[in-house]
Amino acid sequence: MSVLRTLLASLLILAAGMAVLGTATDGFRAFTSETARRIDVREHPRALPPVILQTADGQMADFASLRGRWVLVDFIYTRCMTYCSVQGSEFARLQDRLARPIAAGKVLLVSVSFDPKHDGPAQLAGYQHRSGDRGAGWLAVRPTDPSGLDALMHVFGVTAIPDGLGGYVHNAAIAVVDPHGRLVAITDWDAPREAERYVLHGLAQ
Amino acid sequence: MIVPPRWHPWLGLALWVVLALPPVRHVLEATMTLQMLVQIPLLAVAGRWLAPLLMRRVVDVLSGWNRSGITGIVLVSLTGVLWMLPRMLDAALENPWVALAKFASVPLLIGVPLAISWPQAGFVVRGVWLVEIVAMTFRLGWLYLVSPVRLCSNYLLSDQQQLGKIMLAVGVAICLLLAWKLMWGGSQVESPDR
Repeated sequence: MSVLRTLLASLLILAAGMAVLGTATDGFRAFTSETARRIDVREHPRALPPVILQTADGQMADFASLRGRWVLVDFIYTRCMTYCSVQGSEFARLQDRLARPIAAGKVLLVSVSFDPKHDGPAQLAGYQHRSGDRGAGWLAVRPTDPSGLDALMHVFGVTAIPDGLGGYVHNAAIAVVDPHGRLVAITDWDAPREAERYVLHGLAQ
Repeated sequence: MIVPPRWHPWLGLALWVVLALPPVRHVLEATMTLQMLVQIPLLAVAGRWLAPLLMRRVVDVLSGWNRSGITGIVLVSLTGVLWMLPRMLDAALENPWVALAKFASVPLLIGVPLAISWPQAGFVVRGVWLVEIVAMTFRLGWLYLVSPVRLCSNYLLSDQQQLGKIMLAVGVAICLLLAWKLMWGGSQVESPDR
């Protein structure tokens, strides 16, 4: 009898365990938090918080004022010497590739600094210049208060940790915000074509 | 253990509380290596020491459903798999509910059932499980060592690679320990008629 009872109990625990594992991995699709945030954003678009942003020319803006166009967002810090510097040149290349919809006011690129203490307007402007800014359709911004930064990083699912060398390591990506001001997709930072395709597809509809 | 058995539950409780103290958590969750190879195993040890509190009445009832400790080991394995997901390691830092689930489930669903089930497990059950543990250690260690991407948003790539190396070393150490036990540890491994 105890053999059958053990079999029954084991199978029940196995079923319950698989149900828990399935829930914890979004149906065995997401084993890392990065995949999980991408799936969640795709399936449940997120409204953006009303955070005041300061641009490289000192102006104030927020995401609500950018509604009506597709916005590609990445998170940066201007002191970055590693792949973040490539993030900047990828955005400059996107300025070329999306030049037409940018000129029509349908697309905007936004780089948000998560190091606002250091990244003032001058540093943001310098970052854009170093990255080869083409001059149109790209804003580099910083949140003006810390709670705004926290809110943005939370909604976008950005985690930045000290790299032990005075800089940061973060889950870089290109986030896509639709004309309604909702975060709808997160794509690889080093594959800007993915973000570009997403936006062009959205514009074609 | 040098500590008298009647102190074990108190030791387990103390270990559980100490591990949950914010400064201790902060230190043990600062690197992926410490969280996976120190904090989580120590939580399981706390549960193992707490097990005698449950043992007397409950174990007798449970043992009818836990032949050779198999049910318990299934429970331990599944809970272990859950806390090996990179996503859960991240979530345990970011979400207090997940942290609570970790601090409750590792002692209660890994430490306690292992303490109850291991003595009931025979040579075959123990052997199969330990081989799987070794294999899993090598698989995960290899993955962490060669993965070019960070699997946890909260930990550095260098940390992940260090964890990979240590896990490969741990896998080798378990193999050596098992080999030693099989040869000189007095385990009954050969058929009785030899």
